[in-house]
Amino acid sequence: MATTSTQPVFIAFQDNNDTRPIIDAIMADNPNAKLNEMPALVKIDCPGRLVVRRDTISELAGREFDLREIYINLISLAGEVDETDEEFVLEWKTS
Amino acid sequence: MAADGNMKPAKKLSLKENYAMLTRGLDWEPTYQKKEDIFRMIDFEGIKIHDWDKWEDPFRLTMDAYWKYQGEKERKLYAIIDAFQQGNGQFNVTDARYLQALKIFLTGIVELEYASHRGFCMLGREFPGAGPRIAAQMQSIDELRHCTTQIHAISHYSKYFEGMANFPEQFDRVWYLSIPKSFFEDACTSGPFEFIVAISFAFEYVLTNLAFMPWMSGAAFNGDMSTVSFGFSAQSDEARHMTLGIEVIKFLLEQDPANVALVQKWIDKWFWRGYRLLALLATMMDYVLPKRVMSWGEAWTIYYEENGGALFADLARYGIKPPKYADVTIKEKGRVSHEMWSVFYANRDAVNFSTWLPSEEEMAWFSEKYPDTFDKYYRPRFEHWRQLEKEGKPFTCKCLPQLCQVCQWPCLYTEPDDATEFLHRETEYKGETFHFCSDGCKDIFADEPEKYVHAWLPVNQIYQGNCFLPGVDPTAPDFNPLVEALKYMGLKPGVDGGLLKDSIDAQRWEQWTSRPANIHEGAYTDFVRKTTNG
Repeated sequence: MATTSTQPVFIAFQDNNDTRPIIDAIMADNPNAKLNEMPALVKIDCPGRLVVRRDTISELAGREFDLREIYINLISLAGEVDETDEEFVLEWKTS
Repeated sequence: MAADGNMKPAKKLSLKENYAMLTRGLDWEPTYQKKEDIFRMIDFEGIKIHDWDKWEDPFRLTMDAYWKYQGEKERKLYAIIDAFQQGNGQFNVTDARYLQALKIFLTGIVELEYASHRGFCMLGREFPGAGPRIAAQMQSIDELRHCTTQIHAISHYSKYFEGMANFPEQFDRVWYLSIPKSFFEDACTSGPFEFIVAISFAFEYVLTNLAFMPWMSGAAFNGDMSTVSFGFSAQSDEARHMTLGIEVIKFLLEQDPANVALVQKWIDKWFWRGYRLLALLATMMDYVLPKRVMSWGEAWTIYYEENGGALFADLARYGIKPPKYADVTIKEKGRVSHEMWSVFYANRDAVNFSTWLPSEEEMAWFSEKYPDTFDKYYRPRFEHWRQLEKEGKPFTCKCLPQLCQVCQWPCLYTEPDDATEFLHRETEYKGETFHFCSDGCKDIFADEPEKYVHAWLPVNQIYQGNCFLPGVDPTAPDFNPLVEALKYMGLKPGVDGGLLKDSIDAQRWEQWTSRPANIHEGAYTDFVRKTTNG
């Protein structure tokens, strides 16, 4: 599961009320993630791998969250995507 | 149903099962037509596909989710556009100079969304695999949505400001807009695999973050609620398109080792084509935005060198190398926007937006952001031109530029290793000489000369007499080819192009808002109310 890559992946969202629990969840679940704020958007960079977890967002949003709701406010990403009902993963496979 | 106590509701399918049903279960094998007669475009490029079922869409987007979330995006976008229009949002942007960026966007980018819609319609028809066909169909609908929402949002500005109403005509006729136009026409006239590598991978995945992130953030920073909203609404689709781009590359490379060389060739070509196209964006970021978020040079470092670097490090396991001439883009990053703005300023009467010279304060910002290049090469030029403006004889270019046969930019760039020398390459083909702005464009021509000898170059067409309105008599004694060519392009003096301070938009902006039309230059007219005692 773990990748050896430390090349940066990133995910970027609109900076709004809907994305606050999403961003907080990503920062909580990815200890190496770095938050970059720009006008109207946030970019989260992380070496190698970044995971967006449905559970954590549901917990922080205080409601059941469907992971596909992130599409509405997603701006961009880098890394190979793997999406299931529970997790949205961005990863570079090789170092 | 209710009477049958033993009947349990069907178990909800997981995302993976749902997607598999859509992309595998719904497709069928033809029986009364041969497969090669149905998918006729799929073989001629030389790409070998052994098993279309190996295609896996990582987003696993299903129809129900697609319509649900796209509908939600539209509702959200139109709520904002309503609020923007009701709140007089057109006057809440930084200044009238900002509006010039919208004119470039409307004529140079919106039409590309439509071109992309057409391209993905073709892929949605031509790919034999159901997975990629569905992804291409969804993207085709997305691109049409982007085009229509962008036109709709910007149309509100067109109620107040000039120069936006004839954007489709300008896209077809204004000389520098042949650059974006020819880019997509090149892609759409390629085979389906080249198109998807060109647009989904080289353009969307590798390059368009430059447009989505710093540029749209810049629109927000300048108070343009409308543009940032349609921009972000479109961008929420782009993440899916980008993922399609990288998936395509992996799929092609894993299907057959013979595909690697072709894919590399297309990456090299389309990275360079896309990079040259984005020079327009470099200029918008550095010169047109009144308030800036970051410089082009900084954006290139982050989005190409760092993030693109990570991507190509990952693709190395397939034998893919970083794009040819990527090193040139890094050498040019401190120069391209300055060289480009010089050309637009010098040819300002023949473009559809107004220009100006950077102020002292802006030049100080350039010196800080471009310490190795700005003071050495570009500041003296702008200071000289400012002096000429003061003397009442502003510099203009009196002749038309030599265009590059491939990217169609004027040959305005400088040698990769010498910023004081113009970069010009040429080649002979069938007894004719062809000109290029770079080694990258020359290589592209050399690979497919029969395609690019057909390029419709606006400058050459003007000189050949093909860009005049009906009824114009080139033999008349007072015939002026440049004036007639401007009429053909739909450019009106004092309305389109020229100096911002002389433009009708600047006059009206100051009259209607009592604020300067260019925050870096102070008031152009007496309409601007004095708000200080000084």
